[in-house]
Amino acid sequence: MIGAANGHDFAVSCAGVRKSFGAGETKTEALRGVDFDARFGQLTFLVGPSGCGKTTLISIIAGLLDRSSGELAVLGLRPDELSGGERVRFRRRNLGFIFQQYNLLPSLTAAENVAVPLLAAGVPRRQAVRRATDLLARLGLENRAAARPATLSGGQQQRVAIARALVHEPRLIVCDEPTAALDHENGEAVLQLLASTAVNPDRAVIVVTHDSRVFHHAHRIARMDDGRIVDVAKQARASLSPAANGAETHEEDR
Amino acid sequence: MNFVALRMLTGDRAKYFGLVFAIAFCTFLLENQTTIFASILKRTASQILDVTDAEVWVMDQKTEYWEQTKALKDTDLTRVRGVPGVLWAVRLFKGNPVARTRSGKFAVSFLIGLDDATLAGAPRKMLLGSWERLREPDSVIIDEAGYVLLYPGEPLELGRTLEMNDHLVTIVGISDASAPFVSLPVMHARYSKAIDFLGRERTQLSFVIARPEPGVTPAALTERIQATTGLKARTTGEFMWDCVRYYLRNTGIPVNFGITIAVALIVGAVVGGQTFYLFTIENLKQFGALKAIGVTNPRLIGMILLQAFSAGILGFALGTGMAATFFEITSHMLATRGIALLWQCVALTGAAILGVVIVASILSIRRVLVLEPAAVFR
Ligand SMILES: Nc1ncnc2c1ncn2[C@@H]1O[C@H](COP(=O)(O)OP(=O)(O)OP(=O)(O)O)[C@@H](O)[C@H]1O
Ligand SMILES: [Mg+2]
Repeated sequence: MIGAANGHDFAVSCAGVRKSFGAGETKTEALRGVDFDARFGQLTFLVGPSGCGKTTLISIIAGLLDRSSGELAVLGLRPDELSGGERVRFRRRNLGFIFQQYNLLPSLTAAENVAVPLLAAGVPRRQAVRRATDLLARLGLENRAAARPATLSGGQQQRVAIARALVHEPRLIVCDEPTAALDHENGEAVLQLLASTAVNPDRAVIVVTHDSRVFHHAHRIARMDDGRIVDVAKQARASLSPAANGAETHEEDR
Repeated sequence: MNFVALRMLTGDRAKYFGLVFAIAFCTFLLENQTTIFASILKRTASQILDVTDAEVWVMDQKTEYWEQTKALKDTDLTRVRGVPGVLWAVRLFKGNPVARTRSGKFAVSFLIGLDDATLAGAPRKMLLGSWERLREPDSVIIDEAGYVLLYPGEPLELGRTLEMNDHLVTIVGISDASAPFVSLPVMHARYSKAIDFLGRERTQLSFVIARPEPGVTPAALTERIQATTGLKARTTGEFMWDCVRYYLRNTGIPVNFGITIAVALIVGAVVGGQTFYLFTIENLKQFGALKAIGVTNPRLIGMILLQAFSAGILGFALGTGMAATFFEITSHMLATRGIALLWQCVALTGAAILGVVIVASILSIRRVLVLEPAAVFR
């Protein structure tokens, strides 16, 4: 599996990844040997009950957390081969993040928020904000580019957060419950946006979600339970329409 | 990222103003109190520093400061004049007679008796009249504050008479003498007249003031005078410090001011430093998001330092402006005349504020560095 990561199909591949928190009496095994992969050009869902380890897994994939054991390759690189500073730069260049709580900076305008990854990479402010404004326009937020997050609706804020995750054209985008704070309509819009960004042979999108109403957007759905992947289903996504619930084909059963 | 850091800082107006004003008030209090403290202590030597003619003061071994003098013998003047390197040396008398106006108002005053021949030590800053008129019979010069004290609400004018120990004297000049430690009139007269104003008091030759010949430093001359005459000799600067040290050692002034200054420092450090630290804590989520996005630790440190220093510098500038304005206003008042913001106090306060900013930054930076970026998903 890890070998395949060096090819062009796998954006992420994990084999036997384990993660425990704490020690002794309070030791929690959040991940108990996860085999998981995410492919380029696909929208991969990670679903499962609360506390099963979804957030822990994507944090490890994103390089925000260290695993306890197991093998991991992200965009063809093993995180262990990178120094601390290289990992930060790798993340800055190649990863986009979307959070449940949006995590926009309240004192910046929408466009400035979107520009943050570019600014962090050293792009001059004026140029960064111009690129951010262009992207917001493509997401239908041209009128809100100068607005503060507090004056935007939840759906608009999440679209701004998506723009921030996309602006530097990362190859891997990880989202943790991006629709949890949104109503169905706005959740649909956000997922459609993510699905359309995933249709890119050089990009992969991983979405953690509870929301079964949006499952039909996924190319593949990995089900997790108690620190393991228990099932991966491949979906034929007929269209982007909300009604299309693609027939599932199960790749493997455990 | 610098503008992001500044926006984070100024984003919450109320908190930002709170932080800047905490630092500004701390700055104001520190600069204000240290300046007043230093200036009041300096006033203990006002009459010494006003004598710009002389550079060397000779006194009895037992004389410790301006207020408390033991008389010299008349022969001491001749002995000082005999020391090689003395350009000139003249007598100076200092006493505290009572001055009484016609209307019956009276005040104890600081009277300085000047050498009849040279008038060395006469006030050089005159508001009305001239010091040369001290040569006229029964004449005195009084300072403005003393005049106002004796003739409240009346215009400054010459020719008024005062009664001093049954002697009637005429005011021939009004000086702008530096404020003494105690707000009493400062008067100047000729030596020969001045000793009459004191009545029975026998303390006559309080000081011999002198100037060295060209090429001899005042410090070298004081050593020579001490060695040859056995009298105590001090340069003007040394004598000023003798007075300041005496008050520091023997009065409650340093304790009083020390408490105010310490309170200002603690309040400033706690309120200013704490506000900044809490500001960082409240923004941890934002710092976490930046960390996840890939902002490096040195960059985050730079952002926090920029925030701390811009708030610190702005607060300090504002506080210094407030202190300067305060002294600009009070310097026109008689009681607080001559007290101006001292650059040493500004520098000292700046160092204290810098310390507060550095400590608050270090604490904030520590919190941000140990922050788990994975926490942003929670
Ligand atoms: N920093 C941590 N310290 C200790 N335990 C942790 C930590 N993070 C997660 N855990 C534990 O690991 C397990 C998996 O947590 P995780 O957040 O990955 O679950 P999740 O699938 O994302 O749940 P949810 O759907 O509720 O977000 C839980 O039992 C949790 O308590
Ligand atoms: Mg979670």
